[in-house]
Parts: sequence; C-alpha cells; structure tokens
Amino acid sequence: MKIPAFLNITKLERNAKAYICCFFVAVGLSACGDSTKSLTSEELNKLNKAYPTEDGGTMISAMIGEPSSLIYMIAGEAPSSAISANIFNTLLKYNKDLDLTGELVENWKISNDQKTITFKLKPNLKWADGKPLTTADVLWTWKAVTDDKNGSPYASDYQLVKSAEAPDPLTFRVTYNEPFAPAMDSWAGLQILPKHLLEGQDLHTTSFTHKPVGSSFYKLDSWTAGQNIQLSRNSTSVLGPANIDKLVSRIIPDNSAQFLELMADNIDSMGLDPTQFSRIVPARPKLNQTLNLYKELGSGYTYLGFNLKRKPFDEVRVRKAINYAIDKQEIIDGVYLGLGINIASPYKPGTRWSNPDLKNYAYDPEKAKALLKEAGFVINNDGILVRDGKPLSFEILTNQNKEREKSAVLIQRRLKAIGIQVTIRPLEWASFISNFIKKGDFDVVILGWGLGLDPDQFNIWHSSEQGGDKFNFIGYSNPKVDRLLVQGRMELNPDKRQAIYHAFAKELLEDSPIVYLSAGYGLSAIHKRVKGIVDPIPPAGVGYESEKWFIPSPLRRNEIVN
Amino acid sequence: MLNYIIKRILWMIPLLIGISLISFLIMHLAPGDITNNEGAFNPKTSAESRQKLRELYNLDKPVIVQYSLWLKRMVKLDFGNSFQTHRKPVFWGTTDKEGNYTPGMIQESIGKTLIINILGLIVTLMLAIPLGVIAARKYGQWQDKSITLFNFVGFSIPSFWLILLLMYWVGVINNWFPISGWQSLNYESLSTWEQIKDRFAHLFLPVMVPSITGLAGITLFVKNGMLDVLYQDYITTARSKGLSEHKVVYTHALRNALLPLITIVGLSIPGLIGGSVIAESIFAINGMGKLFFDAVTARDFPVVMGILTIGSALTLIGNLVADIAYAWADPRVRRGVMQQ
Repeated sequence: MKIPAFLNITKLERNAKAYICCFFVAVGLSACGDSTKSLTSEELNKLNKAYPTEDGGTMISAMIGEPSSLIYMIAGEAPSSAISANIFNTLLKYNKDLDLTGELVENWKISNDQKTITFKLKPNLKWADGKPLTTADVLWTWKAVTDDKNGSPYASDYQLVKSAEAPDPLTFRVTYNEPFAPAMDSWAGLQILPKHLLEGQDLHTTSFTHKPVGSSFYKLDSWTAGQNIQLSRNSTSVLGPANIDKLVSRIIPDNSAQFLELMADNIDSMGLDPTQFSRIVPARPKLNQTLNLYKELGSGYTYLGFNLKRKPFDEVRVRKAINYAIDKQEIIDGVYLGLGINIASPYKPGTRWSNPDLKNYAYDPEKAKALLKEAGFVINNDGILVRDGKPLSFEILTNQNKEREKSAVLIQRRLKAIGIQVTIRPLEWASFISNFIKKGDFDVVILGWGLGLDPDQFNIWHSSEQGGDKFNFIGYSNPKVDRLLVQGRMELNPDKRQAIYHAFAKELLEDSPIVYLSAGYGLSAIHKRVKGIVDPIPPAGVGYESEKWFIPSPLRRNEIVN
Repeated sequence: MLNYIIKRILWMIPLLIGISLISFLIMHLAPGDITNNEGAFNPKTSAESRQKLRELYNLDKPVIVQYSLWLKRMVKLDFGNSFQTHRKPVFWGTTDKEGNYTPGMIQESIGKTLIINILGLIVTLMLAIPLGVIAARKYGQWQDKSITLFNFVGFSIPSFWLILLLMYWVGVINNWFPISGWQSLNYESLSTWEQIKDRFAHLFLPVMVPSITGLAGITLFVKNGMLDVLYQDYITTARSKGLSEHKVVYTHALRNALLPLITIVGLSIPGLIGGSVIAESIFAINGMGKLFFDAVTARDFPVVMGILTIGSALTLIGNLVADIAYAWADPRVRRGVMQQ
C-alpha cells in the first residue's frame, strides 16, 4: 500500500503542536473580521439618501416552506399564496384601509334583493402569454373551484353560488340563494386562472402547477425544487409594471439560518421572532443601520378555550373566574416580549369589525375567588378549591408551540395561586387534532385562530358547527350568537354588518367561552436598500402595493448576475 | 455458494413483505391523516372537503385494503403518488401526455443526501484513521489525551449549535463559505468549473460538521485495533528486521487493525440514504431527512412507505453483501455456508 505523504505519521506527530497552535491563532484572528462592524457615515448616507423611483434590481426574501403547487385554490397553503399572489389577479382587492376595491373589475353592482352581484371587467386585460383575459376565464375558474373532482379546500364559499354566468366578455354575474355577505371577500380571494391553458387538465397534476401563466406583476422564471423560486417582471401585467425586476424566494426552513443569511446580507427580507426583533437586531449596530424593522398586527390571536360540554366549564361563573385569574399582560410581556396586544373581540384591533368599547377581563384574582366561592367551591386544607368533594383541576392541552407552552406555564402558576390545579400536556399536531379535539376529549386547550379579513365566523361559533371535523369543537351554543352570525352573513351593508358583529363580540366576551390571551404582532425585517415601502404601515400591512417598491441602482448587490 | 446467494435473495421477498406490512400498520396506528395537518385547521376550509380528500386517497377504507392497494402497485415497482404535494410521484419521475416531466420526490432528494453522506464518510475516515493511529502510538501521552478530549467534545456538542456557530464564523464574520442552500442562485449561468467550485463551497459545512461530530466512534475503533496489533510478535519482528517506523505502522499494523472497520463501513451503507432533519433544515438542503420528517408530520403515507421500503431493501442487501464478503474473507465462515 502506497502511503500518501500527508499521512506520514512521524512527521505529523512532530508538527502536531505547531499545527494546533496555528489553528487556534487562525481562529482567533479571523474572529476579528470586519463584516459585523458598523457602517461608515459615508455608507450610511448612501443607504439613507432619498432616491428617485427606478426600475430593475433583485429582491431576495426567505420563506420557511415550499409551495406544493402554485394553484392556490388547490394547494391552500401559505407558501403557495405568498408566491401565487404575485402571479395571479383576483376580481376584487383590499385597499390601504382594508375596504374592497376592484382589481380586475372596474366596478360591481349588488342587486336590490342583495342576491345577485354583477362584475364588470376592465377592458383589454391580457394573460402573460398575450391571450385576452375575459369573463370566460372567471367563469371557468369558478367552475374549477366548485368542482368536487378538484377537491379545493376553499370550495364551500363558492358552492353557495346558485348560478354564475358570463353573458359577454366583460360581464360576470353570480346569483346566491340568499344574501351572502362573505361573498365579497371570497371574490377578493379567488385567483383567476387561464381557461385556455387549463381546460381539460387535472388541476392537481398538470405541469401548470409548477409553470403557471398569470396576469399579475410577475411571472415565473425558474423553480429549483427545495431551493428557490425566481420571478421576473411581467411586461403585460394588467395593473401596469412593477418596479423591482426580479423577486427571488429562497426556501430556508430554519429561522436561525435565515437570520444568519440576513446578517450576511444574502437576503433582503424575512419574518423575525420576538427575540430577534427586540433583542438581537437592536444590539448590533450594523443590523440596526441596514435594516428596517416592521411590526404589524396579524389577524390571528391565541386563546384558551374551554370544553363547554364538560363540568364545571358549562358554568359561566367558573369560566369568568378563570378569565379573571389569568394575567394577560404577563403573557404578552413574558412570552411575546411585549410584541402583542390584549384583545377583547375576535377581530384585528383597529379594523371596523373590532368593537372599540370592549375591554378584556382584567387580572383580578380576588374577583376570581369570589366568583368561585359563589359557584360553591371552597378551599380545602391543601389549599385546593373543592366542590362536592371534587377538586377543581384540569389539563391544558396544546400543540408543540414554544409560545403556547410558555403561556400555559404562566397560566398554571396564576391558577395555582387561587387554588386551581392545572397540568400541561403539549401534543404533536395530528394526534392532538384527531385524538383529542375531534373526539371532544379535552378540558382546556390553548390554540390560535388565524382569520381572514371578512368578519364572518359562522364556522367557529355557530351551534350547528359542532362534531366531527367542524371547528366549533369547544361546543359553544348560544341562540343569540347563532342569530347574530346568521344575520351577519346576510347583511351586505358594511355599517349594518358592523353593528351586528359588534353585538356578537360583546355577547361572546360576556359569555367567556374562551379567554383571549393575546394577538401577536407579525414581525419582519427588510433591508434599507428596498425603498418605497409605505410608511407608516397602513392597515393593509407592510406588503401593501409592494409593486411600487424599488431598489436604487447604487444600492443593488453586485454579485447577482442577471 | 451460488445456491446460497439465490436462496438468500429469494428469502428477501417474504421478509420485505413482512417489513412493509408492519411499517404500514404502525404508520396507520399513529393518529391523524393528511387532512389533519396544521394548514388544514383553517375555518375557511370545510369538513366536506376534508372528507372528499379522504375518499380520494382511499383513507376511509380499512387499513388492510389500503395495504393491498399499495402492495399491488409496489409489485410493479410503482411507489405511487404523494398526497401532500398533489400527487407528485414518490420515487421515479413521470412524463405526461404533453411531454411534461415531473421528477419524483425521492429522486430529487436522494442524490443530495448520498453525496453529503459519502463525502462525510470519506472525510471521517481520513481524519479518524490518522488520529486513531496517533492516539494508539502515543497511548497515555498528551497527544492521546488531547485527541480523546477533542473527540468527546465533538461527540457531545449538539450539532445544530455547532452548525450555527460555524455558519456565523465562516459565513457572516468572514465571507468564506455560503451559509445555506445547495447551490447559488445563479448556478445555472456559471461555467462548469465555477459550478464545481460553487457546489464544493456549499458542501463544505454540511460535510464537515457531521464528520467532526461523528469522529469519536471510528477514532476509538482504530485506536483500540492498533493497540491490539502494535504489541503482537510480528510487529516486533518487523521492527527487528530494521523496517522504518512508518512502514511498520502503516504496512503491517494498520492493515490488520482496519479489518473490523471494513465491516462497520459496510453496515453503514443503508444509513447513507438517511439524512438528519435538523442539519438539512438548517442548511436548507432538501434531502432525505427533511423529506421523511415532513412526510411523517403531514401523514403523507405513500412517501413514508416509499422511504421505508427503500431503507429496508438496502438493509437486507447490505446484510447479504456483508455476509458474502465475510465468507470470501474468512475460510471458516465459508465452510459453514457450504454445509448449509
């Protein structure tokens, strides 16, 4: 056997000490590199200067997951919508203040009986391949989404349409059996697909899912599986051209790795967690100087939900007592590092649906104790609340989510202080849902709801939505709420609808079927080279009108060759 | 010998069926199915649509019926289509009527994992063998102690932590290597030579970190093997003949000390297709570990079964190869085989 020279054992041994020394010196020296130092004032001026709007450039962002398909109505997942929203258009969209306005349509009319909606398309719309976009495409998309064969997870709203027709290339008319208010929101969510490319194909397996042709600001350039998706400007975009030339989404499943890429300036934007947002970035001069941080309220919230079919949670006094005994601010400060807010209705604060007169249950252990006493619970010798010989104790179930587990621990401590024994059990998601939630086999859960922009929450709160796969798994049943939910669905006038949902939220808060824990902020960082971001953040969010963002040429990365 | 090999191969068929049946049953014992994933817990989706999805994928049928459907496909080596990714083929790519090619999911991942693991194994051996030899030669001295310390520190460090630390050092503080990903964004437009450089730069950390943390076992193996051999008579003979120390250690001692190592390397072959989900997530490399983990989380049964089947088939083949190699190397084993 011929021995390679570097394996020469005697030489290696003789020099071992020297090698080891060299290694540590090298480590020490290189740790003093300069890429973490703060910027010079010259660089800083260059970055913060005002620039005129200009075309071109590449923006690179990171995403956690990869879309399974770019036909969002079939894929139904967040990564898919993040990409497809740049490629496809919808009939309606939300404007800066979250009011509906036309995207593909010029105007729309609601009939007097509120059952028929007539949309008028803008003239001369085109797909990226040059073919005209007409109401035939809209009608075909509606048919595709409602077709059972395609199994769209979002079919139900569109299946309520009794008849849909496209009498001419610019007119699209839908008729419902009865007035359906969430319809407007549903038409702001349906991405219109090209009939001429998809007719007769299986929407799950067609190559279109990975090579889509749309009508919006961007078109797909390349998709490297598991790595990145690259979009470039669509010159025939129906809403006019975007500024930034290329959008690259890198798929990086780990948040820490994303953050390192951000620190190394390999990506321009990512979502942050509270620690990165409020501790790591502010502590580093360079990151602080090069990044804009954004926090915006999401439309989701975290709650503690009672199993209303189980004793003693069927008693409103017990639910209220537990509500009073939980310190929500402590959870917001401790778990979310202050990056959340206390809510009192299941709507995003600041929007018209959120009732500004409502206040969440304040932390008041004395009131909690009094309510429990009223309900017949007495403290025994061990300091535990007991009624009819049975201690007040329960189990909190939650999924393996850091924030929810920490919240559960804080709640456990607060409840112990007033004599309630709580155990915590974090579970893997699929078993949590199928073994506990679906079977109604739980005492208390900590979960969250992510909601859309329409205020309809029939699926979550109506008494008929219980059992099996349905979402009212806490078993909430309140005739007044049922009535309001049905009314709200049928009222298309926004002001009247607002009154209905304000009344609904008030009733819900009074009844306390869940304890609102907090609504967390969505946190993100975008490199300062990206200009034109609407400031301050409008209600519609940071991403509002991102087609108007631009990257001035002096600030572009030079290593990316277009 | 040939009879023996044929017999062993034929035996693998019932074994594989048994393994797949047990895997299938265990997988279905776990609660939940594809309709229970976190994304589906959205009030905008309806219970009816979930039920329809279940019917579409035969998830409403008894497990044994589902198994026979799966087996029927497997006989034709058809690994089926994934639920999660809208019927993307599990293993092989397919071409549809219009000539559009859809690559298979395992096909897209297995190459990356194989490259990382094979390179990792080579690096581990290249480091572990000299380190083991040095530790044995300087047994009890500072060299031996520092190698042992280094190995156990490497063994004990959580790899995700080490990975992030190294990423920070070589990627953020110094711009030496890319932090994550399989290739650069502009990979397609690079020249062949630049593509090779790019690939190696991206492979550096994913290969180095598991090699360093996995060094301990093999180093100790080599060290113990060497210790056994170095004090045997034939080594003393070799030394007394006046052979150079280098030749004594590498030509005479090491070859004998390495024999058990060959078995270990042989048995690690099925492991080459398994990746670490933590490392792959951090490095943003879509390999087999992440694929398997995501499939299990989403209850994407065809993908889970596909990977398990390949894994068990490779294990059986690896065992067979190891046995045959033993028989070839060791006359005692060979005679035992012939008598069977």
